[in-house]
Amino acid sequence: MNRRALLLAPLGIAAVGGVAFSVLLRRMGEGSFDPRGLPSMLIGKRLPAFTLPGTNGEGFSDADLAAVGRPLLVNFFASWCVPCVEEAPVLAGLRQAGVPIWGIAYKDQPAATDAFLARHGNPYVRLARDQPGRVAIDWGVTGVPETYLIDAEAIVRWRFAGPLAPDIVEHEVQPLLRKYV
Amino acid sequence: MKRTFLVLALLLGASRAWAISDPAEALADPRQEARAVEIGRQLRCLVCQNESIEDSGADLARDLRAIVRQQVAAGKGDRQVTDWLVARYGDFVRLRPPFNAETLWLWLSPLLALLAGGGAVVLSRRHPPSPPAALTAAEEAKLKQLLDP
Repeated sequence: MNRRALLLAPLGIAAVGGVAFSVLLRRMGEGSFDPRGLPSMLIGKRLPAFTLPGTNGEGFSDADLAAVGRPLLVNFFASWCVPCVEEAPVLAGLRQAGVPIWGIAYKDQPAATDAFLARHGNPYVRLARDQPGRVAIDWGVTGVPETYLIDAEAIVRWRFAGPLAPDIVEHEVQPLLRKYV
Repeated sequence: MKRTFLVLALLLGASRAWAISDPAEALADPRQEARAVEIGRQLRCLVCQNESIEDSGADLARDLRAIVRQQVAAGKGDRQVTDWLVARYGDFVRLRPPFNAETLWLWLSPLLALLAGGGAVVLSRRHPPSPPAALTAAEEAKLKQLLDP
């Protein structure tokens, strides 16, 4: 009896491991688990203080974002960023749906940013540029594109690293916008 | 021969500079620079994830190296510099995770494995397997037949 239990133990451990692994793979497939995804330190906190210039006219500051008084998206992007091209139609769709998106061009030349927006459409209500990339570090940005959802009280509620896709907008952004309206 | 030595000397000299990609980044004070390198080696590059910011060629890693050096030059302690980055990027930025509630299982797992293995050894020593049953008369006969034909 004891011996049989000992013989079955490795099999049991392998079975548990197999089930755990299949759950992991399935969740990765569904997109509900991302092993490379990093939690943002800003969630539940007020957005960090900053003032940034614009590409042509004026940029914006954290106070400008806080003054909006309704949930909005802040999108870090760059003209040199390939996934940003992929994301452009999704942002355009959000804009059409009336979601305010504020853009921060990360490490980009103003002329290049303007050319990018002329070519792929400009979904942004306001535009700022972070040439040295220091404000992005304060936000904990690891790369572009990266999108933050900020509620009416200027508290960061959600962050997504990578290009927004329609299903993410539908399953995550829209419910949060309704929740924090 | 002289040239071989020269090449070797240059190669050896270069090994120190591999720590960062651009010598222009280094602080003028070698002691401060050594501290900055030491701090940077413990910080993860957020882009490549398994390299330290000292080893990484990524743009963000270069920015973070510069920030570490600025803070070191400003007289901040190792802990303060690391905390500044952890406040922005979380514990993930530390290549050596801190011991806290979230990392409890991570740090204790080797100890648990050791305890489980030790327990198994002790248990098996305490209950040695029972000796096999004696052969029956028929088996004895067969064995004898097989051994001396």
